[in-house]
Amino acid sequence: MMDYESLIPSAVREMKPSGIRRFFDLVGGREDVISLTIGEPDFVTPWHIRVAGIESLERGRTYYTSNSGTPELREAIAGYLARRFGAHYDAKTQIMVTVGGSEAIDLTFRALLSPGDEVIIPQPAFVCYGPLATLAGGTPVYVETKERDRFKLTPEALRAALTPRTKLLVLPYPNNPTGAILTREELAALAAVLEGTNVLVLSDEIYGELTYGRTHASCAAVPGLAERTILVSGFSKAFAMTGWRLGYLAAPAPLFPQILKIHQYAIMCAPTTAQFAAVEAMQNGDGDVEMMRTEYNRRRRYLTAGLRAIGIDCFEAEGAFYVFPNISRFGMTSETFCARLLNEHGVAIVPGNAFGDCGEGFARISYAYSVEHISRALDRIEKFTSSLA
Amino acid sequence: MNELLKLLEDNARLSDEQLGMMLGKETGEIREMIERFEAERVVLGYKAIIDWDKTDKESVSALIEVKITPQRDRGFDRIAEKIYNYPEVESLYLMSGAFDLAVMIEGKTMKEVAYFVAMKLAPIEDVIATSTHFVLRKYKDKGVVYGADPVDERLTF
Repeated sequence: MMDYESLIPSAVREMKPSGIRRFFDLVGGREDVISLTIGEPDFVTPWHIRVAGIESLERGRTYYTSNSGTPELREAIAGYLARRFGAHYDAKTQIMVTVGGSEAIDLTFRALLSPGDEVIIPQPAFVCYGPLATLAGGTPVYVETKERDRFKLTPEALRAALTPRTKLLVLPYPNNPTGAILTREELAALAAVLEGTNVLVLSDEIYGELTYGRTHASCAAVPGLAERTILVSGFSKAFAMTGWRLGYLAAPAPLFPQILKIHQYAIMCAPTTAQFAAVEAMQNGDGDVEMMRTEYNRRRRYLTAGLRAIGIDCFEAEGAFYVFPNISRFGMTSETFCARLLNEHGVAIVPGNAFGDCGEGFARISYAYSVEHISRALDRIEKFTSSLA
Repeated sequence: MNELLKLLEDNARLSDEQLGMMLGKETGEIREMIERFEAERVVLGYKAIIDWDKTDKESVSALIEVKITPQRDRGFDRIAEKIYNYPEVESLYLMSGAFDLAVMIEGKTMKEVAYFVAMKLAPIEDVIATSTHFVLRKYKDKGVVYGADPVDERLTF
């Protein structure tokens, strides 16, 4: 008789399942639900990008690529980062193509963390940073960001969290779930706090193309941050390519070979078909991104105005495709609010505490949905909140 | 302003209030903009896109290439008017290339379309030749794919 339980290392056993999953397991499956929970684009990958993938298969491009990705794609990424965000990297010695942004995050933690190293993680944030940092031997240090600061990491909060053990600062902006962004000036202020330290920055810029009203400011283009930044991004959100599983990492040249070793042994290379499609996305995809960004922006305005009109305070999100309204005035926990909304009115949204304890009192609502869909959900949410008044 | 037009072109059934919410403008402001577009004939009308094959209505459509002799002083306009005044004519374009006018026509039956060409279109003075192409199947019209039933295949989380 196998004792499987005893075989699992405590670091893995103690890893908590994602709070999003836990919530939905709790409330169970339901028919006739209008969901506003999804964290991926509702658009299909633009046709010309799909065609590039198909053509690569027709030509029999089915072999491994070099470990860090095809030279064409790395060159295309370098060109794109410079053109869009003013971030300058050498394609050969600084850019590697990964299996989604997620792999790039995992690689960074595994390559850089020693036992006891502290990783500063602003919250609310996407759920993967803490568990992956812990698994790599690091110690997550969560820093609460506040609605009154527009959910931005402030220089004061960063200074207070720094210790001699701090190895890495995670900057998850544009932010999932809050929709917060950091401007160039705000990044410069964080850079000033880090000046003279040996702290690295893991900048997760997966939503970098989805900002509204101003162009995303990349850490990799800010003096004082660029030289300490590991930039992580990918194709999923900007080009509606989630299922292709393709991301990339750009790092200071001295760190790059160390990170690449892990990718070489664990992954070999990112999927070849996806890499061929991604070259097309980088070279000819600006128009698609612009179209999708415009559409998301309409929905963002629609959803924010709609929530405010029914009396739900909603912070003005400036990036990604989520809003993070404050539901604390209804006098119940986020989980109770979301569970009741789902059970009594058939609308699914994600309780804010799934993104860290400080998300309590908020909920994440995705607008990767049509306006008609959002409109139907708003009608039901209004029925719910007016029943509480 | 162009963004409002694009939204209307895509879905004219959105209410003024919804349009205002999407564009960050007041409902009254949207109403005024639309009224101005209508008055200036920038917006010419609102129509639904219907897949008639899913109904019991019989209909065929055809593209007719028309060659004509332009009239002195008035060019193609007078002849175009003679053609587009027929209610069967859905669209009429002046084209570059091997023929002059492209006529999109809809009728109940092929016979009806043939009758229109033979009895109404071809006899018009200055029409030199016609060439009729029947539409066998509509795959996509005005940006909308026919028959496609979009299903959200994304996992909930």
